[in-house]
Amino acid sequence: MTVLSIRGLKVYFSTEDGIVKAVNGVDLDIGENETLGLIGETGCGKTVLGLSILRLLSENTVVEGEILYRGMDLLKLSEEEMRKIRGKEIAMIFQNALTSMNPVLTVGTQVSEPFELHHGLRRRDALMKAIEMLKLVRISSPSERVKEYPHEFSGGMRQRAMIAMGLACEPSLIIADEPTTGLDVTIQAQVVELMKELTMRSRTSMLLITHDLGVAAELCDNIAVMYPGEIVEYANTVEIFKNPKHPYTQGFLDSLPGRGLKPMEGMSPSLINLPEGCKFHPRCPFALERCKREHPRMVEIGNNHQVRCFLYD
Amino acid sequence: MNDSIHQLKRDKMAMIGMMIIAILTFIAIFAPYLALYDPLEVNMADRLQMPNEKHPLGTDQLGRDLLSRLVYATHVSITAAALATFMIMTLGVTIGAIAGYFGGIVDQAIMRIVDVLLSFPSLILTIAIAGILGPSLIHLVIAMTATGWVGYSRIIRGSVLSIKEKEFIEGARALGFGNLYIITRHIIPNVISPVIVIATIDMGHIILSITGLSFLGLGAQPPTPEWGTMLNEGRPFMETAPHLMIFPGLMIMITVLAFNFLGDGLRDALDPRMREVMMK
Repeated sequence: MTVLSIRGLKVYFSTEDGIVKAVNGVDLDIGENETLGLIGETGCGKTVLGLSILRLLSENTVVEGEILYRGMDLLKLSEEEMRKIRGKEIAMIFQNALTSMNPVLTVGTQVSEPFELHHGLRRRDALMKAIEMLKLVRISSPSERVKEYPHEFSGGMRQRAMIAMGLACEPSLIIADEPTTGLDVTIQAQVVELMKELTMRSRTSMLLITHDLGVAAELCDNIAVMYPGEIVEYANTVEIFKNPKHPYTQGFLDSLPGRGLKPMEGMSPSLINLPEGCKFHPRCPFALERCKREHPRMVEIGNNHQVRCFLYD
Repeated sequence: MNDSIHQLKRDKMAMIGMMIIAILTFIAIFAPYLALYDPLEVNMADRLQMPNEKHPLGTDQLGRDLLSRLVYATHVSITAAALATFMIMTLGVTIGAIAGYFGGIVDQAIMRIVDVLLSFPSLILTIAIAGILGPSLIHLVIAMTATGWVGYSRIIRGSVLSIKEKEFIEGARALGFGNLYIITRHIIPNVISPVIVIATIDMGHIILSITGLSFLGLGAQPPTPEWGTMLNEGRPFMETAPHLMIFPGLMIMITVLAFNFLGDGLRDALDPRMREVMMK
Protein backbone atom coordinates (compact mmCIF):
# COMPACT_ATOMS: atom_id res chain seq x y z
CA MET A 1 0.00 0.00 0.00
CA THR A 2 1.47 3.32 -0.96
CA VAL A 3 1.18 6.15 1.50
CA LEU A 4 2.28 8.87 -0.83
CA SER A 5 2.32 8.82 -4.57
CA ILE A 6 3.65 11.73 -6.59
CA ARG A 7 2.77 11.90 -10.28
CA GLY A 8 4.24 14.30 -12.80
CA LEU A 9 5.01 16.95 -10.20
CA LYS A 10 6.24 20.27 -11.56
CA VAL A 11 7.09 23.26 -9.41
CA TYR A 12 7.92 26.55 -11.09
CA PHE A 13 8.69 29.92 -9.57
CA SER A 14 8.67 33.05 -11.63
CA THR A 15 11.45 35.45 -10.74
CA GLU A 16 12.84 38.59 -12.31
CA ASP A 17 15.56 36.53 -13.98
CA GLY A 18 13.13 34.08 -15.54
CA ILE A 19 11.21 30.97 -14.61
CA VAL A 20 12.92 28.72 -12.10
CA LYS A 21 12.04 25.11 -12.86
CA ALA A 22 12.78 23.64 -9.45
CA VAL A 23 10.92 20.38 -9.93
CA ASN A 24 10.39 19.13 -13.44
CA GLY A 25 8.16 16.09 -13.70
CA VAL A 26 8.86 13.89 -10.70
CA ASP A 27 7.17 10.54 -10.05
CA LEU A 28 7.71 8.87 -6.69
CA ASP A 29 5.99 6.34 -4.47
CA ILE A 30 6.49 5.83 -0.78
CA GLY A 31 5.04 2.67 0.71
CA GLU A 32 3.81 1.87 4.19
CA ASN A 33 6.71 1.85 6.64
CA GLU A 34 9.17 2.63 3.86
CA THR A 35 12.00 5.11 4.14
CA LEU A 36 12.78 6.68 0.81
CA GLY A 37 15.94 8.68 0.43
CA LEU A 38 15.97 11.63 -1.91
CA ILE A 39 19.56 12.54 -2.61
CA GLY A 40 21.18 15.13 -4.78
CA GLU A 41 23.39 18.19 -4.78
CA THR A 42 22.46 21.46 -3.17
CA GLY A 43 20.01 23.37 -5.34
CA CYS A 44 18.60 20.43 -7.26
CA GLY A 45 15.07 20.95 -5.94
CA LYS A 46 15.00 18.42 -3.12
CA THR A 47 13.75 20.80 -0.45
CA VAL A 48 11.23 22.39 -2.81
CA LEU A 49 9.85 18.93 -3.52
CA GLY A 50 9.50 18.30 0.21
CA LEU A 51 7.81 21.63 0.83
CA SER A 52 5.45 21.19 -2.10
CA ILE A 53 4.04 18.01 -0.54
CA LEU A 54 2.82 20.00 2.46
CA ARG A 55 1.96 22.96 0.23
CA LEU A 56 4.23 25.26 2.19
CA LEU A 57 5.54 27.14 -0.83
CA SER A 58 4.57 30.75 -1.34
CA GLU A 59 1.32 31.38 -3.12
CA ASN A 60 2.78 32.60 -6.41
CA THR A 61 4.43 29.23 -7.02
CA VAL A 62 3.06 27.12 -9.85
CA VAL A 63 2.59 23.51 -8.76
CA GLU A 64 1.32 21.00 -11.31
CA GLY A 65 0.73 17.28 -11.22
CA GLU A 66 -0.68 15.09 -8.49
CA ILE A 67 0.39 14.45 -4.92
CA LEU A 68 -1.76 11.59 -3.69
CA TYR A 69 -1.76 10.92 0.02
CA ARG A 70 -3.69 7.70 0.62
CA GLY A 71 -5.53 8.37 -2.63
CA MET A 72 -6.36 12.00 -1.77
CA ASP A 73 -4.90 14.70 -4.01
CA LEU A 74 -3.28 17.17 -1.65
CA LEU A 75 -3.05 19.81 -4.35
CA LYS A 76 -6.85 19.91 -4.59
CA LEU A 77 -7.56 20.31 -0.87
CA SER A 78 -8.65 23.62 0.62
CA GLU A 79 -6.27 25.44 2.93
CA GLU A 80 -8.48 24.45 5.85
CA GLU A 81 -8.33 20.73 4.97
CA MET A 82 -4.61 21.00 4.34
CA ARG A 83 -4.03 22.35 7.84
CA LYS A 84 -5.54 19.17 9.29
CA ILE A 85 -3.08 17.11 7.25
CA ARG A 86 -0.05 19.09 8.32
CA GLY A 87 1.51 17.83 11.51
CA LYS A 88 -1.15 15.20 12.04
CA GLU A 89 -0.89 13.05 8.90
CA ILE A 90 2.30 14.36 7.36
CA ALA A 91 4.93 16.03 9.50
CA MET A 92 8.11 17.75 8.54
CA ILE A 93 11.45 17.89 10.28
CA PHE A 94 13.46 20.84 9.14
CA GLN A 95 16.99 21.29 8.03
CA ASN A 96 18.33 23.56 10.66
CA ALA A 97 17.50 22.75 14.22
CA LEU A 98 19.17 25.95 15.34
CA THR A 99 16.64 28.21 13.64
CA SER A 100 13.64 25.92 13.48
CA MET A 101 12.50 26.55 17.02
CA ASN A 102 10.93 29.75 18.22
CA PRO A 103 13.51 31.44 20.44
CA VAL A 104 10.99 33.09 22.74
CA LEU A 105 8.85 30.06 23.60
CA THR A 106 9.94 27.25 25.89
CA VAL A 107 10.72 23.88 24.38
CA GLY A 108 7.82 22.40 26.36
CA THR A 109 5.38 24.88 24.87
CA GLN A 110 6.55 24.14 21.36
CA VAL A 111 6.52 20.37 21.68
CA SER A 112 3.08 20.41 23.30
CA GLU A 113 1.49 22.72 20.73
CA PRO A 114 0.69 19.95 18.20
CA PHE A 115 -1.17 18.00 20.89
CA GLU A 116 -3.27 21.05 21.72
CA LEU A 117 -4.02 21.67 18.07
CA HIS A 118 -4.65 18.20 16.70
CA HIS A 119 -5.90 16.29 19.73
CA GLY A 120 -7.61 19.20 21.48
CA LEU A 121 -5.74 18.51 24.70
CA ARG A 122 -5.62 21.12 27.41
CA ARG A 123 -2.32 22.81 28.05
CA ARG A 124 -1.37 20.78 31.09
CA ASP A 125 -2.19 17.42 29.50
CA ALA A 126 -0.39 18.46 26.33
CA LEU A 127 2.67 19.32 28.39
CA MET A 128 2.61 15.85 29.96
CA LYS A 129 2.54 14.39 26.46
CA ALA A 130 5.42 16.63 25.48
CA ILE A 131 7.46 15.36 28.42
CA GLU A 132 6.76 11.80 27.27
CA MET A 133 7.87 12.67 23.74
CA LEU A 134 11.08 14.25 25.00
CA LYS A 135 11.77 11.16 27.05
CA LEU A 136 11.24 9.10 23.91
CA VAL A 137 13.89 11.09 22.06
CA ARG A 138 16.18 10.60 25.05
CA ILE A 139 16.38 14.05 26.50
CA SER A 140 17.44 13.61 30.09
CA SER A 141 15.23 14.93 32.91
CA PRO A 142 12.56 16.08 30.43
CA SER A 143 10.21 17.41 33.09
CA GLU A 144 12.84 19.98 34.04
CA ARG A 145 13.97 20.76 30.54
CA VAL A 146 10.53 21.53 29.13
CA LYS A 147 10.79 24.82 30.99
CA GLU A 148 13.93 25.79 29.12
CA TYR A 149 14.25 27.86 25.98
CA PRO A 150 15.76 26.51 22.75
CA HIS A 151 19.04 28.38 23.26
CA GLU A 152 19.60 26.42 26.45
CA PHE A 153 19.58 23.20 24.44
CA SER A 154 22.58 21.86 22.53
CA GLY A 155 22.31 21.41 18.76
CA GLY A 156 21.75 17.67 19.05
CA MET A 157 19.12 18.11 21.73
CA ARG A 158 17.34 20.70 19.67
CA GLN A 159 17.28 18.38 16.68
CA ARG A 160 15.90 15.62 18.89
CA ALA A 161 13.28 18.01 20.23
CA MET A 162 12.39 18.80 16.61
CA ILE A 163 12.00 15.09 15.94
CA ALA A 164 9.76 14.87 19.00
CA MET A 165 7.62 17.69 17.57
CA GLY A 166 7.44 15.96 14.21
CA LEU A 167 6.45 12.62 15.71
CA ALA A 168 4.09 14.14 18.27
CA CYS A 169 0.85 13.32 16.52
CA GLU A 170 2.02 10.01 15.11
CA PRO A 171 1.93 11.04 11.47
CA SER A 172 1.88 8.36 8.77
CA LEU A 173 4.57 10.17 6.84
CA ILE A 174 7.51 12.25 7.91
CA ILE A 175 9.38 14.50 5.55
CA ALA A 176 12.84 14.92 7.01
CA ASP A 177 14.76 17.66 5.26
CA GLU A 178 18.44 17.10 5.96
CA PRO A 179 17.81 16.36 9.62
CA THR A 180 21.48 15.93 10.41
CA THR A 181 22.98 19.02 8.81
CA GLY A 182 24.82 21.24 11.22
CA LEU A 183 25.36 18.51 13.79
CA ASP A 184 28.76 17.03 14.45
CA VAL A 185 29.42 13.48 13.35
CA THR A 186 28.88 11.67 16.63
CA ILE A 187 25.62 13.49 17.24
CA GLN A 188 24.59 12.77 13.65
CA ALA A 189 24.99 9.07 14.33
CA GLN A 190 22.82 9.36 17.46
CA VAL A 191 20.12 11.25 15.59
CA VAL A 192 20.16 8.75 12.73
CA GLU A 193 19.94 5.86 15.17
CA LEU A 194 17.04 7.53 16.96
CA MET A 195 15.13 8.21 13.76
CA LYS A 196 15.62 4.65 12.62
CA GLU A 197 14.33 3.28 15.89
CA LEU A 198 11.35 5.61 16.12
CA THR A 199 10.16 5.12 12.56
CA MET A 200 10.46 1.34 12.94
CA ARG A 201 8.54 1.44 16.19
CA SER A 202 5.68 3.63 15.05
CA ARG A 203 5.69 2.14 11.52
CA THR A 204 5.98 5.59 10.02
CA SER A 205 6.97 6.14 6.43
CA MET A 206 9.65 8.69 5.78
CA LEU A 207 10.90 10.80 2.93
CA LEU A 208 14.48 11.57 3.83
CA ILE A 209 15.94 14.47 1.92
CA THR A 210 19.70 14.57 2.20
CA HIS A 211 22.99 15.02 0.45
CA ASP A 212 24.71 12.88 3.03
CA LEU A 213 25.08 9.43 1.49
CA GLY A 214 26.18 7.90 4.78
CA VAL A 215 22.93 8.93 6.44
CA ALA A 216 20.96 7.73 3.43
CA ALA A 217 22.69 4.34 3.44
CA GLU A 218 21.96 3.95 7.12
CA LEU A 219 18.28 4.89 7.07
CA CYS A 220 16.76 4.27 3.66
CA ASP A 221 15.08 1.29 2.08
CA ASN A 222 15.09 2.86 -1.37
CA ILE A 223 16.92 5.77 -2.85
CA ALA A 224 15.97 8.23 -5.55
CA VAL A 225 18.75 10.35 -7.01
CA MET A 226 17.70 13.80 -8.10
CA TYR A 227 19.49 15.93 -10.67
CA PRO A 228 18.09 19.40 -11.35
CA GLY A 229 14.38 18.92 -11.05
CA GLU A 230 14.09 15.27 -11.96
CA ILE A 231 14.76 11.76 -10.71
CA VAL A 232 17.64 10.21 -12.65
CA GLU A 233 17.92 6.91 -10.84
CA TYR A 234 15.83 4.87 -8.45
CA ALA A 235 16.69 1.59 -6.77
CA ASN A 236 16.91 0.01 -3.38
CA THR A 237 19.75 1.18 -1.18
CA VAL A 238 22.02 -1.83 -1.47
CA GLU A 239 21.61 -1.94 -5.25
CA ILE A 240 22.36 1.72 -5.75
CA PHE A 241 25.56 1.64 -3.73
CA LYS A 242 26.74 -1.63 -5.28
CA ASN A 243 25.59 -1.11 -8.81
CA PRO A 244 25.06 2.57 -9.71
CA LYS A 245 24.00 2.93 -13.33
CA HIS A 246 23.52 6.59 -14.11
CA PRO A 247 26.78 8.43 -14.80
CA TYR A 248 25.69 11.09 -12.32
CA THR A 249 25.11 8.56 -9.55
CA GLN A 250 28.47 6.99 -10.36
CA GLY A 251 30.18 10.34 -10.20
CA PHE A 252 28.34 11.23 -7.00
CA LEU A 253 29.45 8.00 -5.33
CA ASP A 254 33.02 8.32 -6.59
CA SER A 255 33.28 11.69 -4.94
CA LEU A 256 32.89 10.02 -1.53
CA PRO A 257 36.06 9.92 0.57
CA GLY A 258 35.81 6.14 0.88
CA ARG A 259 35.68 5.74 -2.89
CA GLY A 260 38.55 7.82 -4.07
CA LEU A 261 37.34 11.38 -3.42
CA LYS A 262 37.17 12.13 -7.12
CA PRO A 263 35.44 15.44 -7.72
CA MET A 264 32.84 15.60 -10.45
CA GLU A 265 33.59 17.91 -13.37
CA GLY A 266 31.51 21.05 -13.78
CA MET A 267 28.67 22.57 -11.82
CA SER A 268 25.06 21.58 -11.58
CA PRO A 269 23.11 23.75 -14.04
CA SER A 270 21.07 26.79 -13.12
CA LEU A 271 17.42 25.96 -12.67
CA ILE A 272 16.53 28.90 -14.87
CA ASN A 273 18.62 27.81 -17.82
CA LEU A 274 18.44 24.04 -18.00
CA PRO A 275 20.32 22.37 -20.86
CA GLU A 276 18.45 20.80 -23.77
CA GLY A 277 18.17 17.03 -23.92
CA CYS A 278 19.61 15.12 -21.01
CA LYS A 279 20.26 17.64 -18.28
CA PHE A 280 23.46 15.91 -17.30
CA HIS A 281 25.08 15.81 -20.75
CA PRO A 282 27.42 18.81 -20.32
CA ARG A 283 29.10 17.05 -17.39
CA CYS A 284 28.70 13.48 -18.57
CA PRO A 285 31.87 11.58 -19.56
CA PHE A 286 29.80 9.23 -21.77
CA ALA A 287 27.65 11.84 -23.48
CA LEU A 288 26.46 10.91 -26.97
CA GLU A 289 25.21 13.20 -29.76
CA ARG A 290 21.73 12.01 -28.96
CA CYS A 291 21.99 13.20 -25.33
CA LYS A 292 22.23 16.82 -26.50
CA ARG A 293 18.97 16.70 -28.40
CA GLU A 294 16.63 14.21 -26.79
CA HIS A 295 15.42 13.97 -23.24
CA PRO A 296 15.83 10.40 -21.92
CA ARG A 297 12.96 8.67 -20.19
CA MET A 298 13.05 6.52 -17.08
CA VAL A 299 13.94 2.93 -18.08
CA GLU A 300 13.40 -0.17 -15.98
CA ILE A 301 16.59 -2.25 -16.01
CA GLY A 302 15.34 -5.02 -13.76
CA ASN A 303 15.35 -5.64 -10.04
CA ASN A 304 13.14 -2.59 -9.49
CA HIS A 305 16.02 -0.43 -10.67
CA GLN A 306 15.17 2.51 -12.89
CA VAL A 307 17.51 4.90 -14.62
CA ARG A 308 17.11 7.92 -16.88
CA CYS A 309 19.96 7.46 -19.37
CA PHE A 310 20.36 6.54 -23.04
CA LEU A 311 23.19 4.15 -22.19
CA TYR A 312 20.57 1.69 -20.99
CA ASP A 313 17.73 2.51 -23.34
CA MET B 1 15.23 37.10 30.01
CA ASN B 2 16.78 36.59 33.44
CA ASP B 3 19.84 38.46 32.24
CA SER B 4 17.64 41.36 31.24
CA ILE B 5 15.94 41.49 34.63
CA HIS B 6 19.31 41.30 36.32
CA GLN B 7 20.62 44.09 34.14
CA LEU B 8 17.57 46.20 34.86
CA LYS B 9 18.00 45.72 38.61
CA ARG B 10 21.53 47.08 38.45
CA ASP B 11 20.38 50.22 36.68
CA LYS B 12 19.87 52.74 39.51
CA MET B 13 18.02 55.35 37.46
CA ALA B 14 15.62 52.74 36.12
CA MET B 15 14.98 51.43 39.61
CA ILE B 16 14.29 54.95 40.92
CA GLY B 17 11.89 55.43 38.00
CA MET B 18 10.23 52.14 38.76
CA MET B 19 9.82 53.03 42.44
CA ILE B 20 8.27 56.38 41.62
CA ILE B 21 5.91 54.69 39.17
CA ALA B 22 5.00 52.10 41.80
CA ILE B 23 4.21 54.86 44.30
CA LEU B 24 2.18 56.79 41.73
CA THR B 25 0.27 53.66 40.79
CA PHE B 26 -0.44 53.02 44.45
CA ILE B 27 -1.71 56.57 44.88
CA ALA B 28 -3.78 56.27 41.71
CA ILE B 29 -5.44 53.05 42.85
CA PHE B 30 -6.08 54.02 46.45
CA ALA B 31 -6.86 57.69 45.86
CA PRO B 32 -10.22 57.64 47.72
CA TYR B 33 -8.56 56.27 50.85
CA LEU B 34 -5.53 58.53 50.74
CA ALA B 35 -7.24 61.85 50.20
CA LEU B 36 -7.89 63.82 53.40
CA TYR B 37 -10.75 65.84 51.95
CA ASP B 38 -13.31 65.50 49.20
CA PRO B 39 -11.49 67.00 46.19
CA LEU B 40 -14.67 68.71 45.03
CA GLU B 41 -15.70 70.15 48.38
CA VAL B 42 -15.86 73.93 48.10
CA ASN B 43 -15.02 75.97 51.17
CA MET B 44 -14.90 79.65 50.28
CA ALA B 45 -13.79 80.63 53.78
CA ASP B 46 -10.45 78.80 53.32
CA ARG B 47 -9.73 79.89 49.73
CA LEU B 48 -6.20 80.40 48.38
CA GLN B 49 -4.44 79.35 51.55
CA MET B 50 -0.74 78.73 51.51
CA PRO B 51 0.40 75.29 52.79
CA ASN B 52 -0.48 74.98 56.49
CA GLU B 53 -1.23 72.33 59.10
CA LYS B 54 -4.81 71.81 58.06
CA HIS B 55 -4.07 71.79 54.32
CA PRO B 56 -0.52 70.42 53.74
CA LEU B 57 -0.35 71.86 50.22
CA GLY B 58 -2.77 74.73 50.73
CA THR B 59 -6.12 75.34 49.05
CA ASP B 60 -7.21 76.64 45.65
CA GLN B 61 -9.39 79.56 44.63
CA LEU B 62 -12.53 77.71 45.76
CA GLY B 63 -11.03 76.56 49.03
CA ARG B 64 -10.62 72.94 47.87
CA ASP B 65 -7.76 71.00 49.48
CA LEU B 66 -4.89 70.91 46.96
CA LEU B 67 -3.31 67.70 48.24
CA SER B 68 -6.59 65.81 47.95
CA ARG B 69 -7.08 67.19 44.46
CA LEU B 70 -3.58 66.15 43.46
CA VAL B 71 -4.15 62.64 44.78
CA TYR B 72 -7.34 62.32 42.77
CA ALA B 73 -5.64 63.91 39.77
CA THR B 74 -2.98 61.20 39.93
CA HIS B 75 -5.75 58.68 39.58
CA VAL B 76 -7.29 60.49 36.62
CA SER B 77 -4.07 61.29 34.75
CA ILE B 78 -2.35 57.95 35.24
CA THR B 79 -5.47 56.00 34.30
CA ALA B 80 -6.01 58.08 31.17
CA ALA B 81 -2.36 57.77 30.14
CA ALA B 82 -2.29 54.03 30.78
CA LEU B 83 -5.49 53.55 28.84
CA ALA B 84 -4.21 55.64 25.94
CA THR B 85 -0.90 53.76 25.86
CA PHE B 86 -2.64 50.41 26.01
CA MET B 87 -5.04 51.32 23.20
CA ILE B 88 -2.29 52.78 21.03
CA MET B 89 -0.15 49.71 21.56
CA THR B 90 -2.94 47.22 20.90
CA LEU B 91 -4.13 48.99 17.77
CA GLY B 92 -0.63 49.60 16.47
CA VAL B 93 0.58 46.06 17.07
CA THR B 94 -2.52 44.50 15.54
CA ILE B 95 -2.46 46.63 12.41
CA GLY B 96 1.31 46.38 12.02
CA ALA B 97 1.29 42.60 12.42
CA ILE B 98 -1.50 42.21 9.86
CA ALA B 99 0.35 44.41 7.36
CA GLY B 100 3.66 42.62 7.84
CA TYR B 101 2.32 39.09 7.91
CA PHE B 102 -0.06 39.21 4.97
CA GLY B 103 1.98 41.61 2.84
CA GLY B 104 0.87 42.45 -0.67
CA ILE B 105 -2.14 44.70 -1.16
CA VAL B 106 -3.13 44.61 2.52
CA ASP B 107 0.31 45.85 3.45
CA GLN B 108 0.33 48.52 0.75
CA ALA B 109 -3.08 49.84 1.79
CA ILE B 110 -2.22 49.99 5.48
CA MET B 111 1.18 51.54 4.97
CA ARG B 112 -0.23 54.28 2.74
CA ILE B 113 -2.69 55.20 5.52
CA VAL B 114 0.26 55.26 7.90
CA ASP B 115 2.20 57.52 5.53
CA VAL B 116 -0.72 59.93 5.32
CA LEU B 117 -1.11 60.04 9.10
CA LEU B 118 2.61 60.54 9.59
CA SER B 119 2.64 63.45 7.18
CA PHE B 120 0.31 65.48 9.46
CA PRO B 121 1.63 67.06 12.62
CA SER B 122 0.04 64.61 15.05
CA LEU B 123 -0.69 67.24 17.70
CA ILE B 124 -2.84 69.25 15.30
CA LEU B 125 -4.64 66.10 14.20
CA THR B 126 -5.26 65.07 17.81
CA ILE B 127 -6.63 68.52 18.62
CA ALA B 128 -8.85 68.38 15.56
CA ILE B 129 -10.27 64.96 16.40
CA ALA B 130 -10.71 65.79 20.08
CA GLY B 131 -12.37 69.06 19.05
CA ILE B 132 -14.81 67.29 16.75
CA LEU B 133 -15.67 64.68 19.38
CA GLY B 134 -16.15 67.37 22.00
CA PRO B 135 -14.01 68.10 25.04
CA SER B 136 -13.81 65.23 27.52
CA LEU B 137 -11.02 63.04 28.78
CA ILE B 138 -12.23 59.87 27.09
CA HIS B 139 -12.56 61.65 23.75
CA LEU B 140 -9.04 62.91 24.17
CA VAL B 141 -7.83 59.35 24.75
CA ILE B 142 -9.66 58.22 21.61
CA ALA B 143 -8.17 61.06 19.59
CA MET B 144 -4.68 60.22 20.80
CA THR B 145 -5.17 56.56 19.93
CA ALA B 146 -6.36 57.48 16.44
CA THR B 147 -3.14 59.36 15.73
CA GLY B 148 -0.67 57.50 17.95
CA TRP B 149 -0.81 53.96 16.58
CA VAL B 150 1.06 54.65 13.35
CA GLY B 151 4.56 54.64 14.80
CA TYR B 152 3.96 51.31 16.51
CA SER B 153 2.57 49.81 13.33
CA ARG B 154 5.66 50.78 11.40
CA ILE B 155 8.00 49.19 13.92
CA ILE B 156 5.93 46.03 14.26
CA ARG B 157 5.49 45.65 10.51
CA GLY B 158 9.24 45.80 9.98
CA SER B 159 9.97 43.22 12.65
CA VAL B 160 7.20 40.93 11.44
CA LEU B 161 8.57 41.10 7.90
CA SER B 162 11.86 39.66 9.07
CA ILE B 163 10.43 37.19 11.59
CA LYS B 164 7.89 35.66 9.22
CA GLU B 165 10.67 34.40 6.95
CA LYS B 166 12.29 32.48 9.81
CA GLU B 167 12.28 28.72 9.67
CA PHE B 168 10.31 28.28 12.85
CA ILE B 169 7.39 30.04 11.26
CA GLU B 170 7.55 27.60 8.37
CA GLY B 171 7.82 24.90 11.01
CA ALA B 172 4.68 26.14 12.71
CA ARG B 173 2.87 26.09 9.39
CA ALA B 174 4.14 22.56 8.76
CA LEU B 175 2.56 21.52 12.05
CA GLY B 176 -0.80 22.74 10.80
CA PHE B 177 -1.28 26.02 12.65
CA GLY B 178 -3.47 28.72 11.17
CA ASN B 179 -2.48 32.32 10.48
CA LEU B 180 -4.14 33.77 13.57
CA TYR B 181 -2.39 31.30 15.87
CA ILE B 182 0.96 31.87 14.21
CA ILE B 183 0.64 35.65 14.50
CA THR B 184 -0.48 35.70 18.11
CA ARG B 185 1.55 32.85 19.48
CA HIS B 186 4.72 32.78 17.42
CA ILE B 187 5.25 36.19 15.86
CA ILE B 188 4.04 38.74 18.39
CA PRO B 189 6.13 37.36 21.30
CA ASN B 190 9.16 37.77 19.05
CA VAL B 191 8.51 41.40 18.17
CA ILE B 192 6.86 42.78 21.28
CA SER B 193 9.87 43.70 23.41
CA PRO B 194 10.93 46.83 21.51
CA VAL B 195 7.30 47.94 21.59
CA ILE B 196 7.12 47.59 25.35
CA VAL B 197 10.20 49.79 25.67
CA ILE B 198 8.80 52.38 23.31
CA ALA B 199 5.48 52.29 25.12
CA THR B 200 7.21 52.93 28.44
CA ILE B 201 9.09 55.91 27.05
CA ASP B 202 5.91 56.98 25.31
CA MET B 203 4.00 56.99 28.58
CA GLY B 204 5.94 60.15 29.45
CA HIS B 205 4.97 61.83 26.18
CA ILE B 206 1.40 60.70 26.52
CA ILE B 207 1.10 62.13 30.02
CA LEU B 208 2.53 65.38 28.69
CA SER B 209 0.05 65.43 25.83
CA ILE B 210 -2.92 64.61 28.03
CA THR B 211 -2.03 67.23 30.61
CA GLY B 212 -1.10 69.71 27.88
CA LEU B 213 -4.36 69.28 26.02
CA SER B 214 -6.29 69.31 29.28
CA PHE B 215 -4.55 72.58 30.09
CA LEU B 216 -5.91 73.89 26.80
CA GLY B 217 -9.36 72.70 27.83
CA LEU B 218 -9.64 69.71 25.47
CA GLY B 219 -9.33 66.98 28.08
CA ALA B 220 -10.68 66.62 31.58
CA GLN B 221 -13.27 69.28 32.36
CA PRO B 222 -13.51 71.22 35.61
CA PRO B 223 -14.26 70.42 38.36
CA THR B 224 -12.56 67.05 37.66
CA PRO B 225 -9.11 67.19 39.21
CA GLU B 226 -6.49 66.55 36.55
CA TRP B 227 -2.94 67.90 36.49
CA GLY B 228 -3.33 69.88 33.29
CA THR B 229 -6.75 71.20 34.24
CA MET B 230 -5.43 72.18 37.66
CA LEU B 231 -2.56 74.09 36.06
CA ASN B 232 -5.06 75.98 33.96
CA GLU B 233 -7.28 76.75 36.93
CA GLY B 234 -4.32 78.04 38.95
CA ARG B 235 -3.03 80.25 36.15
CA PRO B 236 -4.91 83.46 37.10
CA PHE B 237 -3.48 83.23 40.63
CA MET B 238 0.11 82.60 39.58
CA GLU B 239 1.44 85.62 41.44
CA THR B 240 -0.64 85.47 44.60
CA ALA B 241 -0.84 81.68 45.03
CA PRO B 242 2.01 80.07 43.04
CA HIS B 243 1.54 76.72 44.81
CA LEU B 244 -1.56 76.14 42.66
CA MET B 245 0.72 75.75 39.65
CA ILE B 246 3.93 74.55 41.29
CA PHE B 247 2.54 71.31 42.74
CA PRO B 248 0.65 69.99 39.70
CA GLY B 249 3.64 70.99 37.59
CA LEU B 250 5.99 69.06 39.85
CA MET B 251 3.76 66.00 39.66
CA ILE B 252 3.84 66.08 35.87
CA MET B 253 7.59 66.52 35.84
CA ILE B 254 8.27 63.72 38.31
CA THR B 255 5.96 61.31 36.50
CA VAL B 256 7.40 61.99 33.07
CA LEU B 257 10.95 61.70 34.38
CA ALA B 258 10.14 58.40 36.10
CA PHE B 259 8.76 56.89 32.91
CA ASN B 260 11.72 58.13 30.89
CA PHE B 261 14.22 56.66 33.37
CA LEU B 262 12.46 53.31 33.33
CA GLY B 263 12.13 53.35 29.55
CA ASP B 264 15.82 54.05 29.04
CA GLY B 265 16.71 51.30 31.50
CA LEU B 266 14.42 48.83 29.77
CA ARG B 267 15.88 49.64 26.40
CA ASP B 268 19.40 49.02 27.64
CA ALA B 269 18.41 45.84 29.43
CA LEU B 270 16.55 44.29 26.52
CA ASP B 271 19.17 45.12 23.91
CA PRO B 272 21.76 42.37 24.16
CA ARG B 273 24.48 44.38 22.44
CA MET B 274 23.98 47.16 24.95
CA ARG B 275 24.14 44.61 27.73
CA GLU B 276 27.55 43.34 26.68
CA VAL B 277 28.89 46.87 26.65
CA MET B 278 27.47 47.53 30.10
CA MET B 279 28.90 44.29 31.51
CA LYS B 280 32.39 45.29 30.44
